[in-house]
Amino acid sequence: MICSVARAATTTDAFNAIAEPRRRQILDLLAAGELPVNDLVERLGLAQPQVSKHLRVLREVDLVRVRDEGRQRMYRVNGGPLRPIVDWLAGFEQLWTERFDRLDAVLDQLKEEHDGRDES
Amino acid sequence: MDATRADRRAVVTLPTDTQILITRDFDAPRELVWRAWTEADLIAQWWHADRGEIVSIEMDLRVGGSWRYVMRANGGFEVAFSGQCREIVPLERLVTTEIYEPVPDQPAVTTATFEDLGNGTRVTLLVEHASRAGRDMHVESGMEDGLQDALRLLEGVAQQL
Repeated sequence: MICSVARAATTTDAFNAIAEPRRRQILDLLAAGELPVNDLVERLGLAQPQVSKHLRVLREVDLVRVRDEGRQRMYRVNGGPLRPIVDWLAGFEQLWTERFDRLDAVLDQLKEEHDGRDES
Repeated sequence: MDATRADRRAVVTLPTDTQILITRDFDAPRELVWRAWTEADLIAQWWHADRGEIVSIEMDLRVGGSWRYVMRANGGFEVAFSGQCREIVPLERLVTTEIYEPVPDQPAVTTATFEDLGNGTRVTLLVEHASRAGRDMHVESGMEDGLQDALRLLEGVAQQL
C-alpha cells in the first residue's frame, strides 16, 4: 500500500501529461519523427495557441524537447519519463496477455466442438 | 495463424486517471467468446493465467446476479474477486461491478464489449474506478506474480548463505 503511493507520486507528472487525449495524439505524431509546430497544428486541426499549450505541458515533464532550426521550432519526443509508466503497466499487461492466451486455447476447443456439431 | 497469435498482446492503456482499457482480438466467433467469458466451467480454464489454480468460479448471469472468482496463487495465498452483474446484452456487452475482496471499499465497474469483426471478435474491457488510487492499485495487482518470483528468488539466495 505504501509502495503504491510512492510509485504513484514519482510518475504523477508524466501520468497527468498523457491523461489528455490530445497530448497523447501529439506524442503519437512526434513518435514518427521531429516536427515543426506548424505541422503539428495542421495535423491536429487545432488552433496554434491550443497546440502550444499542450506542448508546454509536455515540455514541463520533459516528454517533448525542442530546438530552433532557423525560424522554425522543431519538436521531438523524449520517451524517458514514460519508462516508469511502461514498466508499471508491463506486469498488468503480461497478466492479461497470458490470460488471453489461455482463452485462445479454450476458444479453439469450443470451435472444434462447434464444427463437429455442424458436421454431424 | 500462430505467427499472428504471437503478436496478440493484450493492449493496456489508461484513457483517464480512473480508467484502464484492455483490448484484444480473438480468432473465434462472438458467440463462442461470449460463452468462454460467461460460463463458469469455461472461465475456470483461462482466468488463472497459469499463475495458480482456480478454487472456485461462480457466475450468476442475471442482472443483479453475483459473480465470484477465487484462485490459489502459486505463492500459496488465495485471492478472491467478486461483484454483481449490472447490465447484460447477450453476445454484445456485460457490465459488472468488481471488488478485490481484501479491499472491498475500492469497487470498480467493468464493461466488457464484444465486437463482431467478421473473421473474429474484438474484446474491449473498460475498467472504471472511483478514484485514481483504486485504479493504480488494480494495475499493481498484476505485479503480485512478479513479487512472488522475487520472494522465491530471495529465499533461494538466503538458503545459500
